[in-house]
Amino acid sequence: MSEHDTPHGEVVGTGDGYGSTAVRLDQGHVEGTGGLPARFEDPGLPPHVARMADLDEKGAKRAEKQVAALFGLSSLGTILFIVAYFAIDPEKSGFIPGIGNASIYNVVLGITMALALLGCGVGAVHWAKTLMPDSESVEYRHTQRASDEDRQRVVTNLMDGGEKAQLGRRPLIKFSLAGALALPPLAILLPLVGGLGPLPKDQLSTTMWKKGDRLVRDPERTPIRADQVTIGSVFHVLPESIKDSEHVLEDKAKAAVLLMRLNPEDIKPQKERDWGHEGIVAYSKICTHVGCPVGLYEQQTHHLLCPCHQSTFDVTQDCKVIFGPAKRPLPQLKITVDSEGYLVADAPFREAVGPSFWERGSA
Amino acid sequence: MSSNGRSGSADPIDRLRKDDATPEAPTAPALKAVGGVAGWLDDRTGAAKPVGYLMKKVFPEHWSFMLGEVAMYSMIICLLSGTFLTFWFVPSAGQVVYDGSYLPLRGITMSEAFRSTVDISFDIRGGLLIRQIHHWAALMFIVALSVHMLRVFFTGAFRKPREINWVIGCILSMLALVEGFAGYSLPDDLLSGTGLRAAEGFMRSVPVLGSYLSFALFDGPFPGEAIIPRLFSIHVLLLPAILVGLFTAHIGLVFVHKHTQFPGPGRTNDNVVGFPVMPVYAAKAGGFFFIVFGVISLISGLVTINPIWAYGPYDPSPVTAGSQPDWYMGFADGALRLLPGWLEFTAFGFTFSFNVMIGAILLIPVMYGLMAVYPFLERWVTGDTREHHLLDRPRNNPTRTGLGMAALTAYGVLMFAAGNDLMAIKLHLSINDITHILRAAFFIAPPLVFWVTKRICLSLQRKDRDLVLHGRETGRIIRTADGKFFEQHEPLDEFTRWNLVQHDPHEVLTLERATDEHGVVSPTARKDKARSALSRFYFSDSINPVTPAELAAAHHDGHGHESIGAIEASDDETRPALESARREPPKRP
Repeated sequence: MSEHDTPHGEVVGTGDGYGSTAVRLDQGHVEGTGGLPARFEDPGLPPHVARMADLDEKGAKRAEKQVAALFGLSSLGTILFIVAYFAIDPEKSGFIPGIGNASIYNVVLGITMALALLGCGVGAVHWAKTLMPDSESVEYRHTQRASDEDRQRVVTNLMDGGEKAQLGRRPLIKFSLAGALALPPLAILLPLVGGLGPLPKDQLSTTMWKKGDRLVRDPERTPIRADQVTIGSVFHVLPESIKDSEHVLEDKAKAAVLLMRLNPEDIKPQKERDWGHEGIVAYSKICTHVGCPVGLYEQQTHHLLCPCHQSTFDVTQDCKVIFGPAKRPLPQLKITVDSEGYLVADAPFREAVGPSFWERGSA
Repeated sequence: MSSNGRSGSADPIDRLRKDDATPEAPTAPALKAVGGVAGWLDDRTGAAKPVGYLMKKVFPEHWSFMLGEVAMYSMIICLLSGTFLTFWFVPSAGQVVYDGSYLPLRGITMSEAFRSTVDISFDIRGGLLIRQIHHWAALMFIVALSVHMLRVFFTGAFRKPREINWVIGCILSMLALVEGFAGYSLPDDLLSGTGLRAAEGFMRSVPVLGSYLSFALFDGPFPGEAIIPRLFSIHVLLLPAILVGLFTAHIGLVFVHKHTQFPGPGRTNDNVVGFPVMPVYAAKAGGFFFIVFGVISLISGLVTINPIWAYGPYDPSPVTAGSQPDWYMGFADGALRLLPGWLEFTAFGFTFSFNVMIGAILLIPVMYGLMAVYPFLERWVTGDTREHHLLDRPRNNPTRTGLGMAALTAYGVLMFAAGNDLMAIKLHLSINDITHILRAAFFIAPPLVFWVTKRICLSLQRKDRDLVLHGRETGRIIRTADGKFFEQHEPLDEFTRWNLVQHDPHEVLTLERATDEHGVVSPTARKDKARSALSRFYFSDSINPVTPAELAAAHHDGHGHESIGAIEASDDETRPALESARREPPKRP
């Protein structure tokens, strides 16, 4: 500590005092002999530097006023908040520079609340930094480990307790106790797990679609005539039977279909052409990756893109995956036209739609 | 005992009562002040002793110690604002037709959860502000705790005796992600519903149990009506209880261990240098709570987050482009985008969806598992069983810092991958190229970053050595009498120097003989070999702090070059550039 005002002293001193004997290539040691310690010594806490407010009562007075002003600002913020809460019309929106159109009510409430809180917080911190003591205190640590006697006492008490309870001498109690402690949680867990939900059965593998079900637009639910589907157009489609569904969202989540018309020559696989109708093809809209709706159709390239993880399906190749994390093609819905010229399903989906699951192949 | 005992002195019990007598009136003014309520409480709890101790407890000061505080305060703000929201939020998937004050949604069928969230946003005065405070505070909570974890990692604060607290922190961090996901799924809007849709797909990827898990959680086929109330109960009851419990243990252990401190003059492994709770930290930490709250409310007033009224209610059929989760789920989402489809295959008639499972089910537990295990690994490698209360400067443990940066890079690549579609649009690049590059980067970038970080750390350590040995460049050019020029270097003062020389040198563990004197292979030979290899990996090129002898040699004239060369032989380099610095600093006229 005493050397802090002559910081050069020690360096010059060591240089002069030990230089020639300290380290030499031929001696080859880096830690000190010849009077040098192996490590530097901790110089101890640096000298305390007084603040303006410590030296000058005027400075302290100024700090006091600043803190009081900040606390005052906080109270003002609260009052303004209360006024704004009642005075401003919540439905009013307006232009705020740098933000755009915003709810005036929300902005004013936010700013006044921030004023109330920041005034209080900044004031307290400023108070601590300017007026409260700033000389550091030192507290000593001790190792976490308890003393050997304390550790021993725990072991002794534990053994003693076990012995007094006759745990060792009465194995019948020991083993039955283990069961009595381990098993009861099952009585709580079983109803919880058992009651969570039904078994899937074949519900993941089937959809509403059945032979003869008309394709209807989503969300209008109007049927679609084949001649309304022009080349390049795309329709979001549901089965007509969705109107009788008791679980609309659940059925929709499996039955959603995309309908597109391509130039039949662009379609490569024969199966895809056969399952469609004059270049009109219908594919499940539920991504085979994790189930997002595959909503983006690129008309020019005939690619379907899933917006969640960018799996890309090529409609000209039976919706094969050409990019992204999905593995399987989107299942195709076999369609045809009924006597009135409306598009209908010719068969249910042949395979499970949506994300993969363990027993998918066996269903 | 009969009443006559009171007057007599024969009965020991009564004597005791007599002595017990009335408590004496407090004499000093200070004692008078703790009469009243505080005295009443202490009479019944004896709290004066621990409270008196806690008030004088010392905490060291550093800006990075406030990161954990930000996390703590954000969590409290979440609890406060969340309680507010539960008064109006209806956790039900029951379908209703909206007829509230937000015109664009009138007549639309939606769940009660969605309607009540719209009501909170438009019809409850100040409700939107509280909703946004809740969401922003949640984001701030996870940002702050993540950066806090980085601080703890890079400074080695996880070392003995704090390993348990590190593990608790890892669990807290992981649960915070789940809590956040559960929370933003509750409004049942189009975006969060799509997130749940994907989550259902994730569950299905679990081998054997997948479809059962999904049906159990959703109580039947997706979406069902059960998931919203179940997530609600998880979000407001189960996880907060666990989070608050673990947090209490976390902060309790901080008190027990006393806070770590950065090294510096007077700051040792055996003391804590800082400010006492009363009055300094009470004001600073208390004030800081208000500052964090104030900043969050300012952001919530000015910046819209999660405008669910613009997304609309959940419907399994439509979706928006650019669908993304909250930032902290970005890395998992990014992993899903990078994992190639061929990881899904069919064998024995069953489907293995590793393209989904690795990113969605395994990634988070594996990542946190590795993090939780790290302190134990490092301790095994160093063989260090001491307690550590002084923090490492990150440069002084180049391998650890490099590993941390490598892990952070892998995380960053995944996080960027979650924005591959947005990058493609904004930067006019091919999404395919971006994805391919990021796939490669996931494997190439972390080792590269490890190497670069390690080199930077070693260079910084060399710079520290250089500063200690040769002092600070003063910018003063001296011309000697015989016409030579050189720059004067000023030796460091001992306080500055201490910061650069205080750390312990690292030593590589050397392998002892693998066989005993009879030629029998030691049962731990393989383990020892691995350990010594890891120790070499960590410390073989470590640079150690300057010793007094080296400093003396640096100042020694004449054979200076030769001596320094010997000392720094471990650096494996010669340093002609430092030649001038090795001269004795000339005295100023």
